Amino acid sequence: MIKTPAIDWLTLAPSLALLAATIASLMAAVLVPERWRKNVSWFFCLAGYASAFAAAAVLFERSPHARGVIANALFRDRYGALAAMIVSGVGLLTTLVYYGERSTVDRVGERFALLASAGGGMIFFAQSANLLTLFLGLEWLSISLYVLCAIERERPEAVEAGFKYLIVGGFSSAILVFGSAFVYGASGTLNLAQIAGKVPSGDLLLVTGLAMILVGFAFKASVAPFHAWTPDVYQGAATPVSGFMAGATKAVALVVALRVLTVSFPNQEHLWTGAAAVLAVASLLVGNLGALVQRDLKRMLAYSSISHAGFLLLAVTAASSLGTRALLYYLIPYGAASVGVFALVALHERELGEPATLDNLAGFGWRRPLNGIALWIFMLSFAGFPLTGGFVGKVYVFAAAYQAGWTWLLIVGAVATLVSLGYYLAVIRAIYMRPGPDEKIAAEEEPPLLDRMLSTAVFAAVVVTVGSFFAVQPLIDLAQHAASQLPL
Amino acid sequence: MLTTALICLPLLGALSVFLLPAPGRWVGSLALFFSLAELALWISSLTRFDFGSAEIQFEQQHSWISDLGISYHVGLFGFSIWLVGLTAVVMTAAIAYGLWAGRERANAYYALMLFLMAAIVGVFTAQDLILFYVAYEAMMIPLYVLIGVWGGARRLQATFKFVAYTMAGSLLMFATIVVYGVSHGFDLATAQQSGSVWLFLGFAAAFAVKAPLFPLHGWLSDAYRESPPEVAALLSGVISKVAMFGFLRIALTQFPGPTHDLRALLLALSAVGLVYGSLLAFRAPDIRGVVAYSSLAQMSLIGLGVFAQNELSLSGSVLQMVNHGLVSAALFLLAGMIEIRTSTSTLSRLGGMSRGRPILASLIIATGVISLAVPGSNAFAGEFLILAGVFQRGWGWAIPGLVAMVLAAMYMLRLVSALLHREVGEAVPAKTPDLRLPEFCVIGALLACMLALSVWPAAISKHSFACLKQPAATTAGTSSQTRAQIGLACVPRASNSTGATTGAPK
Repeated sequence: MIKTPAIDWLTLAPSLALLAATIASLMAAVLVPERWRKNVSWFFCLAGYASAFAAAAVLFERSPHARGVIANALFRDRYGALAAMIVSGVGLLTTLVYYGERSTVDRVGERFALLASAGGGMIFFAQSANLLTLFLGLEWLSISLYVLCAIERERPEAVEAGFKYLIVGGFSSAILVFGSAFVYGASGTLNLAQIAGKVPSGDLLLVTGLAMILVGFAFKASVAPFHAWTPDVYQGAATPVSGFMAGATKAVALVVALRVLTVSFPNQEHLWTGAAAVLAVASLLVGNLGALVQRDLKRMLAYSSISHAGFLLLAVTAASSLGTRALLYYLIPYGAASVGVFALVALHERELGEPATLDNLAGFGWRRPLNGIALWIFMLSFAGFPLTGGFVGKVYVFAAAYQAGWTWLLIVGAVATLVSLGYYLAVIRAIYMRPGPDEKIAAEEEPPLLDRMLSTAVFAAVVVTVGSFFAVQPLIDLAQHAASQLPL
Repeated sequence: MLTTALICLPLLGALSVFLLPAPGRWVGSLALFFSLAELALWISSLTRFDFGSAEIQFEQQHSWISDLGISYHVGLFGFSIWLVGLTAVVMTAAIAYGLWAGRERANAYYALMLFLMAAIVGVFTAQDLILFYVAYEAMMIPLYVLIGVWGGARRLQATFKFVAYTMAGSLLMFATIVVYGVSHGFDLATAQQSGSVWLFLGFAAAFAVKAPLFPLHGWLSDAYRESPPEVAALLSGVISKVAMFGFLRIALTQFPGPTHDLRALLLALSAVGLVYGSLLAFRAPDIRGVVAYSSLAQMSLIGLGVFAQNELSLSGSVLQMVNHGLVSAALFLLAGMIEIRTSTSTLSRLGGMSRGRPILASLIIATGVISLAVPGSNAFAGEFLILAGVFQRGWGWAIPGLVAMVLAAMYMLRLVSALLHREVGEAVPAKTPDLRLPEFCVIGALLACMLALSVWPAAISKHSFACLKQPAATTAGTSSQTRAQIGLACVPRASNSTGATTGAPK
């Protein structure tokens, strides 16, 4: 008889809610009649994310002290809970946007099931406390996303995206698990919290394992030079899914990376902060220069997400409480703006029936004034302009990097921001300053019903993006509570 | 409270103008109403302002990001209240001009103008570095669209240059602000002074681009030529003053050491810009070019005054900022009025416009004569004070100023004669009408402000730096004596001791 560990249901609640939503959506895909199928499975997915958010909030409230639960397989702490809240928030908005995405009827339930499942995996990943649950969570979220990318198999680009993501993702998972094996070999433990105490800091096996784990995370967070899959996958996947990957996958990969680095490898801090600085510079360089030459909006946003990974890594290089706050805060407006901007791209694509490019965006701002303003706000937030949360995020990231002594990274960051204006302002130039085709005709069309969900999501994203500029301190307090539970 | 009202009233106006479902004229009238209301609010704050006090007035402070010691902290000084007034006056004239000229997409246009006003007032009142930067960058958001959408034929190149130059400076300043704020504190009233040349240069670069100072003026001619005339009026009239305000309030105040060390460099750049700008203005082939480069020259002159940093030159600089704001706004609006009539700005195709157009002729001559600082005008008072102060600093620095005064007469008279005298230009139709009543009112109002200041320039020059009037002995301690020597006693600070709290996070 195997002795089972005590199970802390509250810690599991957010991922379980999404798992339940997955099962319910899948069941709906089989049992519910065709005309209701989409609405029912969509509702389960939405309900799953809403309850995951609520459960994560309760978990945050009731976990003033971090501890390992379920035989130290998961952390019950505010850090994980806040990450779960960010993931479920992004997921909630994505579900709203995904509702109107065109699809063939026979796979409509599965799409929502996979979306819910990916979110569940991310939350599990964010809470993982040993190398096995870490890998389990990573595979859980990755496999869901591989399929989600390729589910519209009629489109060759979608299949290509799914396939590329699968191969590169599988490769990165393999590297990560290989690195975990090295770490286990060096330390003799899978428990993240115990690794540090078991081996001397210079142990070659451990350092190799650390490097490989870092590479695995870098793949997931699309950090240069491990970013090559990103533009193709973002371009080929369904647009709301790309937004989800930009907002949630990257967030959770970086949050978990910071946790693993600080909890398991505090003795190698000088190594991984240096590595993070190098990766940050590479990402800022590749992301910004790459985005500058794109005409396709989704590819441009993919490169922009690489450059944001660079900014987020600046917070990681700080390896401080301030850096952790910066990372967690930055993710909130960034996640909202990512979902919002991909939602608007999806809207534009549905109207046009072709991929959104800078050329066919011309006149968008005058044709759809409110959506135009929303797109403007998201671009300003990405570029770190004031009156958006992106600005405060940059203040924090820069402050953290400076406080940790990385002054030259500030210069790199400032130059990168300057370059990034080239493509963020290009979008604003396209939507306002280039003459668009027949504005009158488009204005007279009634927006179809399914746009209402999308508009709600965009509105919510705008509220978060702008609201996070004004209500900084409440969010920072949340981040502070979460950050204080990391050993920094 | 009053300061916040000054910032929020235009914001409220922007929102209501944007949402008003009415034809363009009504929207513009509402915008004009809001900008007049802002002017009234400014006048009421002026009447309640205590010019004898060196403290920040109408101060308000709210916690914002207490984690980093960043707060919403606003208030007014003697010199900032004049610049806020300049903003309100020029913005009112600009909106009135836009209303008269009739702008397409009126809701967006006037909303952006009012938003811009809020941002500029925000810059002049901010007492926290991050808040200052927020307002400073917020100016770029409407400016980019205003030039890019409503500008001339080459507007996209102009916006590109403008953004590339100014944002390069701004982002450098952003990194500098973060570094400075984390190490010295973000609140300007309590932040410690710094001796770091690098940080000083970070600030100075942003302000020097924005002003612009030689050799960072590359964006100027395109932006001033391709903007709508009222936006060009704002750019050269008000937004360039933001840069000088930044020097005055932040760069020179917080960095006394580097200012002292680099004074020769800054004065030299200003002197070169002054002569160079005047020469370019003399050679410029179009009205806007003349006004744009004269603006470069004038900003360099103000720069001389600010960097010379003694009582005379500083008071003169503030007076000259207001003078030049009014003059260049009037000139750009006049340029716009001529362009509407002749659809060109090129001087060789213009001329002979005085015959049968007495109002246009008188207004151009009056503005031009004030601009070249004829004795008795407000500009003369400003330039005289600046040059007197600069002379005290070192007589050599005053020579470019004197040369430039002669050059100013040359380029201004050339402009006036090219427009009004000589034979009638090919682009001037015979039936070109004189100025209409609304146009006359706009320029007349600006001119009335200039004449009022000509009568009583001391209204500004004696009411900008309260603490300069106090003998150094009465303001406590030796540290304030040093500050008085470098002409900085105007900016009060809660504590200047080295042991002051930095506001840096734990």
